[in-house]
Amino acid sequence: MSRAGWIRVSVVVAAVAAVELLCQGGIITRFTMIPPSEMVVALAGILTSGRLTPAIVRTLRIVGIALAASILVGFVLGALLHALPRVRRTVDPLFATYYAIPIYAFYPLFIVLFGLGDVPIIIIGFLLAVVAMIVSTLNGFDRIPRALLKTARIYRMGRVRTALQVMMPCAAPYIFTGVKLAIAYSFIGVIGAEFIMSGSGMGYEIAFAYNNFDNKVMYPLIMLVLVLVTIINMFLHFWEMILFERRRRG
Amino acid sequence: MAKGEAHVTLQGVTRVYPGVAGQQPVHALGPLDLELVKGEFFSVVGPSGCGKSTLLDVLAGLASVTDGAIRFEGVPIHGRVPDGIGVVFQEDASFPWLTVEDNIAFGLRQNSVEAGEVRRRVDHALSLMGLKDFIRAYPAQLSGGMRQRVCIARTLVLEPRLILLDEPFGSLDQQTRLLMGDELLRLWRETESTVLLITHALDEAAMLADRIGVMSARPGRFLEIVETGWPQDRDSRIVARPEFGRITGRLWSHLRVESLKALGQDRPPL
Ligand SMILES: Nc1ncnc2c1ncn2[C@@H]1O[C@H](COP(=O)(O)OP(=O)(O)OP(=O)(O)O)[C@@H](O)[C@H]1O
Ligand SMILES: [Mg+2]
Repeated sequence: MSRAGWIRVSVVVAAVAAVELLCQGGIITRFTMIPPSEMVVALAGILTSGRLTPAIVRTLRIVGIALAASILVGFVLGALLHALPRVRRTVDPLFATYYAIPIYAFYPLFIVLFGLGDVPIIIIGFLLAVVAMIVSTLNGFDRIPRALLKTARIYRMGRVRTALQVMMPCAAPYIFTGVKLAIAYSFIGVIGAEFIMSGSGMGYEIAFAYNNFDNKVMYPLIMLVLVLVTIINMFLHFWEMILFERRRRG
Repeated sequence: MAKGEAHVTLQGVTRVYPGVAGQQPVHALGPLDLELVKGEFFSVVGPSGCGKSTLLDVLAGLASVTDGAIRFEGVPIHGRVPDGIGVVFQEDASFPWLTVEDNIAFGLRQNSVEAGEVRRRVDHALSLMGLKDFIRAYPAQLSGGMRQRVCIARTLVLEPRLILLDEPFGSLDQQTRLLMGDELLRLWRETESTVLLITHALDEAAMLADRIGVMSARPGRFLEIVETGWPQDRDSRIVARPEFGRITGRLWSHLRVESLKALGQDRPPL
């Protein structure tokens, strides 16, 4: 690991240790927070008892659906908009202001339209993630150097070959960034939506525990979400290094 | 050089970039007439922004002419790239996601050339361009000059009949330039292809070419076409000859005026 990496890990360890000491010393009361060590034990208990497994599985499934849809639709829309500059000029300003819209405000509307099931939650996760994917795809295609496209024409490659063998690999790092953002946004969207108005899922369980002052469930679940997202990010970072590191000027 | 068969002909070739979003159209090139003889080495010099790269684009069929006509091997080119043309661009056009080797082999694989033949040609080009030790390197790990060599190599492996080079040695130091010039001369003799080399280095043009087209400030036209009269088996040692000085002197007398125009100073400063 790099020096910066070690420093990063040390900071996290120190912060957790400090919280542990403050909790154990009674400076942070048990009504506010349980010590991190107890969170780990409680989390292990929750995971092994299987009590919350359906909620966890459900959330992951919904995130997965929202994510897959946003990556697919985002990429296709991004590629289409890139190919249709006139349409793009009209919708471009929308993207710039998109994340200023509080999408959760539309949640009641989605419930009216689609009922109380998974669909409104999937839609929120999708809507949060899809635009990041569109913008990243556009960004990637915009940055293809003109000389590379000219080279493809000198090689007399057709449109499909140019798209698959020149444009895609060239834009890949940006598209990958889009996927990373889409993962983060779909988690935020889905867990947030469950938190507000759902009757199941991890977000709901956290909110339920919170309303019942049940710190022994709430904190371990928060920890679980953090751990999950961290693992996914580390995995993505690893892949990014494998796929794109050699392309970077160093 | 002896008059041979016409390989490329340009008649009244003009290119005007249309003004987009309320901008004025830019008359970049021409009208311009030129005949490239099969197997000749033609060089183009001209002030910055006079339309040299534009000339290359229309010649390669990457851009269409606004007026006039271009024929390559008797067939009109209009905005479609014909078979048999290789181009080395002014900007770096190596594929950053491919190794040096795969970059060079890319065009051959596009044409479904058989693997053994790909191997043979790529190996040859690698040693020719001094890239043998960098086969598995990625462009990001190479210097600008080496990346340009990758681009030259990948053009050569396709054995084009017409090679267009846009300032290919722009990012090389003077010594390497001269040596790469020798290399280019050797390749040209070996492949018997027609070469059009765009350069801003007068000595490079004077040393390499059979004929040199001197372009005016934008819109670029040929002010004069200078014949060097060098023997076919020349190399960089001709820079020591007195004729060499005479030719570069002649090029500069044109270009001094045109370069000042391009800089917006029509009258030379005292
Ligand atoms: N896509 C374009 N749209 C509008 N104008 C353009 C475009 N490309 C080039 N031009 C203009 O056409 C003129 C000629 O450009 P070109 O790139 O052919 O010059 P050049 O002789 O190659 O210059 P340099 O020596 O700097 O490479 C310039 O004035 C340039 O601004
Ligand atoms: Mg140029």
